[in-house]
Amino acid sequence: MIESVLVANRGEIARRVIRTARRMGIRSVAVYSEADAALPYVSEADEAVPIGPAPPASSYLDVRAVLGAARAAGAAAIHPGYGFLSESAEFAAAVNEAGLTWIGPPPAAIEQMGDKINARNLMERAGVPVASGTREPVADVTAAAAEAARIGYPVMIKAAAGGGGIGMSAVGNETELRAGFETARTRAERFFGNPSILLERYVEQARHVEVQILGLDDGRVLALGERDCSVQRRHQKIAEETPSPGVSPELRAQMLAAAARAGETVAYRGAGTVEFLVDAATSDFMFLEMNTRIQVEHPITEMVTGIDLVEQQFLIAAGEDVSFRPASVRAEGHAVELRVYAEDPRRFLPSPGLITEWTEPSGPGVRVDAGYEAGNLVTPFYDPLLAKLCVHGASRDEALQRARAAVAGFRVSGPKTNLPFHAELLDSDEFTSGCYDTSVVARLRS
Amino acid sequence: MTEVRAEMVANVWQVVASEGDQVADGDTLVILESMKMEIPVLAESDGKLTKLAVAEGDVVQEGDLIAVIE
Repeated sequence: MIESVLVANRGEIARRVIRTARRMGIRSVAVYSEADAALPYVSEADEAVPIGPAPPASSYLDVRAVLGAARAAGAAAIHPGYGFLSESAEFAAAVNEAGLTWIGPPPAAIEQMGDKINARNLMERAGVPVASGTREPVADVTAAAAEAARIGYPVMIKAAAGGGGIGMSAVGNETELRAGFETARTRAERFFGNPSILLERYVEQARHVEVQILGLDDGRVLALGERDCSVQRRHQKIAEETPSPGVSPELRAQMLAAAARAGETVAYRGAGTVEFLVDAATSDFMFLEMNTRIQVEHPITEMVTGIDLVEQQFLIAAGEDVSFRPASVRAEGHAVELRVYAEDPRRFLPSPGLITEWTEPSGPGVRVDAGYEAGNLVTPFYDPLLAKLCVHGASRDEALQRARAAVAGFRVSGPKTNLPFHAELLDSDEFTSGCYDTSVVARLRS
Repeated sequence: MTEVRAEMVANVWQVVASEGDQVADGDTLVILESMKMEIPVLAESDGKLTKLAVAEGDVVQEGDLIAVIE
């Protein structure tokens, strides 16, 4: 088994990985920037190594600093969490070359899925449905206009190397396309170091549904159920639930089979997520992208299956069997995740600041994965995720009822948070009915 | 005279306007970045930009002066 692990991340996910490492008897090493020295994950790790100033490029994204910390602390493995270096094939290869165990998929799988155009083409050839779109990077605005006319408006402009909803925009006509194209290219270059752009048909009434996969050491790829991630603002997720209230048993079977095929196509190992759009009108589903790492919202899958996904990541990376019998996986009940962000609940604008009060809710079926506690300063350098409030119930009704109580019991003072938005969402007819799509937040705010 | 102030703690990512520019209500003066989001700071009136109090890479606190328009 792996003896020690450096967690190349921060906040709630670093803390969550450290928790499972401790339970498995694996020594944990945290890394932290100057801005994060006081966060709980730093003191909870067995050892912590400073890796540089606050800006991510000088710390969490600095490959030499992270590998240097691993060497200094004598870590045998690296767990990348999500974001930062987690989907860098170069980093994964550098970890392997340094003689360390990479807790993630093979670098080749990361690379194949990292370019969205390549991933779409690969999936199309493997028989996984994709939305109509471009099969190679769009060179300039003239080419973009021609492609968009072929695909048919509205279209989505996306960074080929992108993720996290950054730089994406939906355009309804050529004027909007011409205005949006250069912005998208600039952002793609700035955030992802690659200006390649793709266009894809934009489905106006769609659900965003993803499938958790686990590639085993023997080559089998398991699909462990879906998560509905349609509650979004600025193309970024705010709340997720499993099972999806908009997916029928027949559609679920098709999507799970397609997700497993997607993983097999790239010889996937470890935990990954295959994201799909489901057309709300026709129930057609289309491959969006694959995230080759642990997903933010993985806890709701853990709550319904009883499987610790981070534990399986460690086991698979060590070449061992997973801790459960693949044939006997069953999802029980319903789980919801509410992302608690440091942002105002009306306009969703960032609200960094000092946390003066932090009281987490508890009770049956409640799990809080938090990155902060009272006395911590929330800085503007990283994403606004403070905590994930996850709630499980025997039925969707019970899960939502418990979630309402948990939101009311979660007290945070200092930065503004979106907890009031979650209270509003859980009381809205559209969300509680289960018949919602990716525009639900826009409708709640119109 | 109008003073434009920061609405939140943020890093100054881009300074778009220059001191001495004639600006119109709604023009982008500066783009801040906080928590992986770009936040444009807009002119709140027409006039001449007599002072630009920030430079790219600065960190501004909530309420800090960004610009003066006269």
